[in-house]
This record gives sequence, C-alpha cells and structure tokens, in this order.
Amino acid sequence: MSSLTLRSVTVRLGGRAVLDSVDLDVAERETVCVLGPSGSGKSTLLRAVAGLQEIGAGEITLGGRDLAGVPVHRRGVGLMFQDHQLFPQRDVGRNVAFGLRMRGDGRAEAERRVAELLAMVGLPDAQRRAVGSLSGGEQQRVALARALAPSPALLMLDEPLGQLDRSLRERLVVELRQLFDELGTTVLAVTHDQGEAFALADRVLVMRDGRIAQSGTPPEVWQRPASAFVARFLGFDNVVPATVTGRAATTPWGTLPVPDGTPPGPATLLVRPAGVRLDADDVARPAPDDAAEGGRGLRCQVLARTFRGDHVVLALRPERGPDLEATVPLRGAPSPGEKVTVSFDAAETVRLPPED
Amino acid sequence: MASPPPGGRPGAGPDGARPSGRSAARRALAVRLGLMAVPVAFFALFFGYPVATIVGRGLREDGRWQFGRAAEVLTSPDTLDVLWFTVWQAAASTALTLLVALPGAYALARFDFPGKRLLRAVVTVPFVLPTVVVGSAFLALVGRGGVLDEAWGLRLDTSVWAILLAHVFFNYAVVVRTVGGLWGQLDPRQEEAARVLGAGRFTAWRRITLPALVPAVAAAALMVFLFTFTSFGVIQVLGGARYATLEVEIYRQTAQFLDLPTAAVLSLLQLAAVAAMLAVHAWTVRRRESALRLVAAEHAARRPRGVGQWAFLWSQLLVVAVLLVLPLAVLVERSLSAPGGYGLAFYRALAEQADASSAFVVPPLEAVGNSLAYAAVATLIAVAVGTLAAAALTRRAGPLVRGFDALLMLPLGVSAVTVGFGFLITLDKPPLDLRSSWILVPLAQALVGVPFVVRTMLPVLRAVDERLREAAAVLGASPWRAWREVDLPMVSRAGLIAAGFAFAVSLGEFGATVFIARPDSPTLPVAVARLLGRAGEYNYGMAMALSTILMLVCAGVLLLLERVRVNRSGEF
Repeated sequence: MSSLTLRSVTVRLGGRAVLDSVDLDVAERETVCVLGPSGSGKSTLLRAVAGLQEIGAGEITLGGRDLAGVPVHRRGVGLMFQDHQLFPQRDVGRNVAFGLRMRGDGRAEAERRVAELLAMVGLPDAQRRAVGSLSGGEQQRVALARALAPSPALLMLDEPLGQLDRSLRERLVVELRQLFDELGTTVLAVTHDQGEAFALADRVLVMRDGRIAQSGTPPEVWQRPASAFVARFLGFDNVVPATVTGRAATTPWGTLPVPDGTPPGPATLLVRPAGVRLDADDVARPAPDDAAEGGRGLRCQVLARTFRGDHVVLALRPERGPDLEATVPLRGAPSPGEKVTVSFDAAETVRLPPED
Repeated sequence: MASPPPGGRPGAGPDGARPSGRSAARRALAVRLGLMAVPVAFFALFFGYPVATIVGRGLREDGRWQFGRAAEVLTSPDTLDVLWFTVWQAAASTALTLLVALPGAYALARFDFPGKRLLRAVVTVPFVLPTVVVGSAFLALVGRGGVLDEAWGLRLDTSVWAILLAHVFFNYAVVVRTVGGLWGQLDPRQEEAARVLGAGRFTAWRRITLPALVPAVAAAALMVFLFTFTSFGVIQVLGGARYATLEVEIYRQTAQFLDLPTAAVLSLLQLAAVAAMLAVHAWTVRRRESALRLVAAEHAARRPRGVGQWAFLWSQLLVVAVLLVLPLAVLVERSLSAPGGYGLAFYRALAEQADASSAFVVPPLEAVGNSLAYAAVATLIAVAVGTLAAAALTRRAGPLVRGFDALLMLPLGVSAVTVGFGFLITLDKPPLDLRSSWILVPLAQALVGVPFVVRTMLPVLRAVDERLREAAAVLGASPWRAWREVDLPMVSRAGLIAAGFAFAVSLGEFGATVFIARPDSPTLPVAVARLLGRAGEYNYGMAMALSTILMLVCAGVLLLLERVRVNRSGEF
C-alpha cells in the first residue's frame, strides 16, 4: 500500500504552474528523494503535502486519507526546514518537545521521549543547551529530532544537509540512511545535490519546471537518464544530437558506435566520460581517416585537466563538434596543450530521446 | 491582491482555488478583519468622530458649508503669520537638532566607553518628558528670574532661542536613536572593503556609509519636524504672547476666543500638513527597508583612539551635559530653593489643602495619583489596541492595510487640542455620554500612545520568520497556538517597551487632557500649567516641584525600559 499519493497535483503561483499535474507515490517505509535545480518546484511539493501551500487542483492522500481541507497542524506530517527553523527562544529540549506538547503528551512522557530522540541523533543530554550555541550539524540533528518526535506518518526533509560542509554532509547522509532504516519511517526529501539524493534514497525523482522528468532507483537514473535535461543535470556534458542507423550513430563528433538493439532514428546521445578513451599511441600514430569505423581517432587538444583523487578529468577540444569530457587514469594523463586522439566505447554510450 | 491566509500561506490565485482553498482565504480575511475591527472602531469613535464633528461644526452654519469663511481665514494675515512661524521654527529646530545630535549619534554608535549604557538612557530621558516639564525646565534656566538671569542678567524667554533650544533638548534622542541605531549596526567591513579597493577614509565614508545613513537621517529629520511643527506645551510655556504655532493658535481660538470656525480651519490646515509629512515619512521608511548589511552593534563600536577621538567624545559628552542635563538639574534646583533657603517647602505646599486663592480645589499632589491612574488605564488601552493593529499589519498587505498603517500615525500630528475639544462636544450624549466619566482622559491619552505601541511592536512582529510559524504548524500547533508559542514570547519584551512608552506619553499628554480633565482631578501636566499661569513665588516653586516629580516618574519608567530594551525595538 502506498503511504503518500499525489494525483495530478497542480500549484499555480502568479500565473505560472510551479507544480504541473504531478503524480507521485511513496510507499510505506520508502525513502524518496526529489532532485532538481532551484525553481523546479521541489520545495513547493513538500509545502503542498504539508498544507503550507494550497493546491489548485489534484488530490493528496496520506495513509489513505484525503488531505483536502485538513489544516497544517492536523496532517500529522513532519517537515525539516531548509535552515532548520529552530525556535530561538527555547532550548534544545523544549524545541524537541514542541510537537509532543501540541499533541498533549504528559511532561514525564515528553521528557522521556526527548531524551530518547536526542540520544538517537547523537546529542545525548543536550536538553538545556541554547539553540544559538549549536553548530550547523548539531542544529540539523535537533531539527531532525524535533520533526521525528511526534512520530509523523511521513517525514519530509527540505535540503536536509544543504548548509553543512562536505565532510559533515557525507557522514550525516550515512547516519540518516541508517536511522530511517531502523525507524521504518516513510521519507520524502528534496535536494539539488545528486550525491545526497543517490546516497539517501530508495528512489529518486528528477523534477523540471514543475513536472517529474524521471523516476527510478538511483542506479537506474544514473545509468539511463531519461532525457538530455536529466543527463545534464546529473553532470554529464557529452550530450549531442545524433541519428542512429544500425550499430552506429552520426554525431557532430563523427560516427560513434552504439550498443546492440539501439532503436534507429533521430536521438540524443550521451557518452559518459569513462566512454571517451585515449588511444594508446595517439601521439606517434598519424591520424587514420577511418571515420567510418565507429569514430575511432577523433583528434583533440587538451584544454584542462582536473585531478579527482584516483582519476583525472580532461576537458578536450575536438577537431569537430562540441567540447568533450573524458576520465582517464592518473598515470600518463596528458597535460593541457597536448594533442590526443580519442575513440568512443559503445558500452558507455546511452541513447536518449531527441531533444525538442 | 487577495490577503494571504493565516500563517501567511500565499493563497491560491482565484483562477486555481479549490473550494477548500477559497474558504481558507475567506477565513484569513475574516481573521484580519477581526483583528482590525477593534483598532478601526477605536479610531473611528474616539478620533475620527470628534475631529470630524468639530471641523464640521466650525465650517457649517445654518446647515450649509461655509467655504468662503474658510478661505477668509486661510488668507488672513494672522493665519499666514502663524503658519510662517510654525514652519520656520520647525525647520530651524530640525536643522539645529541635526547639527547638534548627528555628532552625538556617531559617538554613541561607533565608540565604546565606560558608562555608555547610562549615557544612552540619559539622552533618551528628555524625549519621554512631558512638554510642560521641558517648558518649565527652560523657563528655570533662561527665563525671568532663571539661573542665567540671576548670574548674568541673560534672558532668552523673550526670544525664539528658548523655543529652539527646548526643541533640540526634546528631540536630541529622536536623532540619536534613529540614526545612531542604524549607524551602530552598519557593518564596518563594508567601509573596510572600500578602503581595500583604494578609497580614502573620507571617500569610503561618503560613498558607503553616508548613502546608507541618508534614509535614516531623512526619517529622523521628518519626525523632528513633525514634532516641532505641532509643538504645543513648549510654546505655551515659553512663547508668551508673541509666538504661536498652529496648535497654540487652535487652542487660543477654541478656549479663549471661542472662535470655532477659525479653529476648525486651522485644524484642517494642520491635518493636511501632517498628512503630507506622514506620506513622505512612509516613503522614507520604505526606502530604509532596502537591504543593508547589519551587524550586532557591539561588534561595530570600539574604544576611541588618539587625542582627536577622545577630544571628540568629550565634546559630545559636554554637549549632552549642557544641553540635556543642565536644564533638568536647574529644574530640580529651583524646586528646592524655597524662600528661606533650600528645602522641601514647595513640595510640602503641594500637599496642602487649597485655599480660595489657589488654582485648585484639591491639593496639587493629588495630581500625581490621578496621572498615574489615568496613564495606567491609557497604557492598557493603547497596548491592547496597538497590539491588535500591529498583528493585523504584520502580514504582507495591500494598499488598504498600508492606508490603515498611516491612519495609526495620524494622532501623533493631529491637533491634540482639536481632539480634546472634540471629545467634549461629541461624547456628551447617549449612548456615549462619557463627559462626566473618568475614562475620557485615558481614552484621549491612549490615542497618542497607540502609534508608539504600533511602531515598537511592528518591526519585531515583522522580524519573526514566517517559517517559524510554519514549523510550529507542521508540529501540530493551530494558528492561534502558533502565535502564542512563537510570536508572543518574542514580542513580549517589545510589548513591555511599548507599554513603557505609552505610559510615559500618556503621563505627559497635555493638549487634549487640558480640555477634558475635570477641575477636581487634574493630571500632572495640567496642574503644572495651571500653576505656571498664576503669579507668585509659591505657584512658580510648586510648578517646579511638580515638574520634578513628573520628570522623576518618566525617567524612572525609561530607566526600567532600558533594562529590557532589545536591539530591534522600533524607531523611537
């Protein structure tokens, strides 16, 4: 049974559809991450579910209950705000206890639960601390404890780790994931950071202009982006228009090999950086003019190289077509200014629908 | 644009609103109208109605409007004289106040020195002092038989200088608070960034700091102009027969010559001038809301360095001592210098039962109790009405509500005399026969207190992050509960400050109270004015003694406020 469902939910603000007929299902105990650039409507999605944003059309149900007309405070959802929104005049304990008090829990019961939650998020005995004295990571934990305290049917996170520094973010993603698994909470999170989304989610939704551009498990989305937009949003730059005929495709870079069974016709082609191979003896060998043989031997100049720990990303300027990105091993990576010849690997090439 | 629903959710547009959305928007509108109902009714009944009635009565005769009469009054040389004096003394007072107070604002904003908190409080005391007390203090300093008169035979009470100095004394705090408050919070790193980019010290100030300050200076200047334009108590005490502002002239025409038509025309003239000023003020306030980088004031202030800075600081302290402290010290000295040497003779006289020759039917000291009781009730009314108004104004709003905002400021500038006299002639028949009720005085005083309450509460309420309310709602708090749990704790300190200001202002209210206070229960300012209006050393001494008491009460209230003052607490 699906815990949260949205059916053609539409929100218009100032004449623009911020959410455009969005359908969404989040199963019980599932963690779904909505990913999209800013302005794609992902925060509005959370606000609509929370009831902070009136919807123009459509239906939202939570645990089978239609939420139409249910005010915010009776929806039973938890929302962790982007910048936490801890109540500044209350200490940590009273922030976490807020939802319990609203529910009418007794003092002793609330205190027990607060202690339990604070221990769970790794801040035991922090009840008396002022929220102003907390670091960013600690505030994030308190906000999480506060959202979890009333045991919401659905926990929503708005850019949960947005303002934290990188190392803290990476650690907290893992902790959050473990926590949600333990608690069995249904989670709907939004973020613009694909690393965060892929690490956190069972399922990822990519949004564009108020519509859902793709939905799938992190590997699905990563390996088979549904459109050029999704591919570019995920950071892939080698995206070109192409015409597929048989096992080859005509592109601005020349003719490239494509995997077996690629449907023929106009398309967009994505070549992952790992699929751009430097020919071993490219400098010595004169450029062969066998473009018919799957685009082998496209000559390029190295524009820049960036170290990424165990590999190097090269920015290449080919003799024809748009710039290319290639990942190569650390050892023997060419320097900027050098000339190289590249070929393309069909296994790292993905056919996308043609761009409109 | 439709008003946002409660909790400030932007409402769905009319095009896409579902039934539930529309009903939520309707509920929101109902909530806001409900919040506004009490303030609107209050202002309509106790401000609009009396003022309109008195103006109407002045301009109508035999059931017809007498506009010819109005034009006559407006173009008469007497009116033009009064108008000219009102405008130029206000302009001169404003210029003088800026000249004296801007360096002080700088010193208080940028320097850190021992006793700074105390100095801030001292500087603010004059602003909450009743105008009558300010008048008395300057009379004691520069008037006949005053300190300067005794020492050097120097008298200024026949010149306009006494009025101008009293206005500077009174409004020094407005400039220091409004400009200095912002100056102290401007991020010094902005100037440093300009210096690093190659600007000289003065260029950096001129290019970065000055533009940031201009709107605040303009707003402060406008407030000072407004206060001095409508000056009543100070001129009444110091102006003698020669000088009259519009407000004083309205009082004379109403109370002495019983010439209502002239008073009505002058009231309208003042109303128009004040409305124009408030419109300009609203505009500068909007300009001031432009994004500035602000930091906590403590980070911007530092110890003075070098002889020049210390000398500057000391010069400002000297200005404060001579201009603000000396008149009050003289006031206290006069109240103590009884015929047979220093003593409490005047204070004792205050408590004595009045005889036939006295201006009072009760011992003047009873005015203290009256004043405190009236001011307390007035404060309750002002805080209740002002808080409701501020709550209604918190949420982003259309032109209707902005108009309401401006309406709330009007009592600051509309002739208090007109209001007081209007009370007398309108609230005297059923169902609102309040003429013999004590509540009349607090009602009039609350009218002046409400703008202060709104100005103090509104910035704080607006500063409460909407998403905090949303966070509370998501955690299960109903809109009312969210307001109680989130807004109330944050604004309670501001509320306390607002109450303090309303109390001080009510204590000092003179123009309206002088009409409606019953002879057997005068307030402190009314009693002081009555004593000053009578000849005799004892009456003068008693006036000084009563003024001293009033000053101590007001200063006491203010010092209490300083203890609870928060950084963002309005403009005054």
